[in-house]
Amino acid sequence: MRIPIVDGRPDVPASLVDDFAPSLITGPEHHLCPGCGHPVAMRAVADVMLDLDIARPSIAVLGIGCYTMYSGGMDIDTVQALHGRAPSLATGVKRMQPDALVFCVQGDGDMVNEGLQEIVHTAARGERVTALLLNNGVFGETGGHMTATTVLGQRTKNTLDGRDAALHGFPIPVANLLAQLEGAVFVARGAVNNAGNVARTRRMLARAFELQKAGAGFTFVEILTMCPTGWFVDTREAPAYLGDHLASAFELGVLKDVSAPA
Amino acid sequence: MPRRLMDGSEAIAEAMVAAGCRFFAGYPMTPFTEVLEHMARLLPAVGGACVNAESELEAVGMAWGAAATGARAATGSVGQGISLMQESISEATRGLIPFVVLNMSRGQADYFQATRGGGHGDYRTPVLAPVDITEAVELVQRCFHLADEWRNPVVFYGDYYLAHTQESVEVTRIDFPPLPPKDWSVDGTTSATGAARLVSPLALAKSADHEDTSGLAGYGAHLRQVGLRIAEMEAGIEPLAETGFLDDAEYVVVSFGTAARYVRYVVGLLRDEGLPIGFIRPITLWPFPNEVVARAAETAKALAVYELNLGQMVDDVRLAASGRAPVQFIGDITLDGSGFGISPDYDVDRLRDRIRAAYAACLSEVS
Repeated sequence: MRIPIVDGRPDVPASLVDDFAPSLITGPEHHLCPGCGHPVAMRAVADVMLDLDIARPSIAVLGIGCYTMYSGGMDIDTVQALHGRAPSLATGVKRMQPDALVFCVQGDGDMVNEGLQEIVHTAARGERVTALLLNNGVFGETGGHMTATTVLGQRTKNTLDGRDAALHGFPIPVANLLAQLEGAVFVARGAVNNAGNVARTRRMLARAFELQKAGAGFTFVEILTMCPTGWFVDTREAPAYLGDHLASAFELGVLKDVSAPA
Repeated sequence: MPRRLMDGSEAIAEAMVAAGCRFFAGYPMTPFTEVLEHMARLLPAVGGACVNAESELEAVGMAWGAAATGARAATGSVGQGISLMQESISEATRGLIPFVVLNMSRGQADYFQATRGGGHGDYRTPVLAPVDITEAVELVQRCFHLADEWRNPVVFYGDYYLAHTQESVEVTRIDFPPLPPKDWSVDGTTSATGAARLVSPLALAKSADHEDTSGLAGYGAHLRQVGLRIAEMEAGIEPLAETGFLDDAEYVVVSFGTAARYVRYVVGLLRDEGLPIGFIRPITLWPFPNEVVARAAETAKALAVYELNLGQMVDDVRLAASGRAPVQFIGDITLDGSGFGISPDYDVDRLRDRIRAAYAACLSEVS
């Protein structure tokens, strides 16, 4: 395998150089925007499932957003939910298939705007599912509108001068919120803006999945992902933008791990 | 299970469990509450699960998820709570998700909601409305069979009287014709085999090409494919109706559910008085028993619709009659102070006077 090192933009798509995708990610290529962080996050999920050999039996429940394309593009049994409803569907799935690894994937618009009640109650109930939040602070699929996690100062199509707390309120740090609930045994926030954060996110995912398999309770991993299109920044600047804006508003790290040694 | 006296909500719960229902989720609201109580008691004993959902939106989502694994699942509420479920009920039809929705309605003002729905897109749900507890035990089991046979949500239309009155009933499992295995459902074991499954209202199968499942052309074709199932269901589900005295009836009263229980009795009394009256009781509200109504409309001078609302099923009766006979609305919104669907008009003398007067007025108009 030869990976051409080029100055500036590569002239050959990576997928034509070699197939880097884990086997659980199927299909030729995603159609998400250049610089999108979702494929990095989804790949991390797939890699961890393969590393831990927990892909079978497993069931994914997907929300509605740019990542919805993965409902058809993963070699994982999948239930597609309505916007905001994935945690409830995952509840029904897990109660009937308690031996399967059950995880849901939602964006910030899906989970924190439309379905905040559902994720809170699912966590409080201690459902043995793993909820993943792909948080890019913007409605990517609608074309860049404010969500409940849009950080202060962030420009969106309906906060043209940046999110102003006096006009638009404050972002919701949903992971911190869920960490306070007894039903949640593991809550962490990672990011995919650099290799180090991807590696840390993979460890968080592994911990969450292992705790679910052990029947410990509700587990939650928020993953900050890039959306240069929705942020109106250059693709190459998006990882730095994530670090400067999203990661500074939402602390990265393990927020709660009740089974960790004190 | 031996015959014993039980209230309707318990009989419905026992019948659901007998039908193989293993998942139930609900949010308390009278007269649905009692069914939820019984399911919470019954399901753990048979290895099932009953979740006290935090809202009706979550209840229907949980039933959707459970049904996606192939389990027989149900949820429910009263009309107000069913309003909150409309998004999921309509979208579930496009994902071919089979679950049962109990509408333990407060009266009969939710006929439109049950038969038309308030969700989005082209969709229909079969609706079954029992007249009493004995029939409810049969129909709620039929609901699960129809849901699995057609892979579609099915609505059971009950009410306060059904839930809160008692009958001596025997709950036994009804064996319907065998159904194909649920080779579409997900249990997690086809993951990482190259043949993972997808249960989705957006597409009916995984595709190696992402564009196939999320592209507009693919989605448009999907909507058309699942939408065409409406006609298939309408042609394939046998409409059920009870009729009485239709052979020589000049005046036919159409009524459903608890109201029909009174109408059936009152029509018998008026027959004893010598009035040429008959009745039709639709049991499937969708598909509607159009042929039975059309045949009656060919021989009767007029049809009348008695329902506890301001005129909803009357639309379906007029469509079925198609101008063959005039169709009068003789119902009313009639509730006691609770608003739970307890009707002062559920009174034999009052109903007999109403039908007799309507018949007399009709004769003078027709002649």
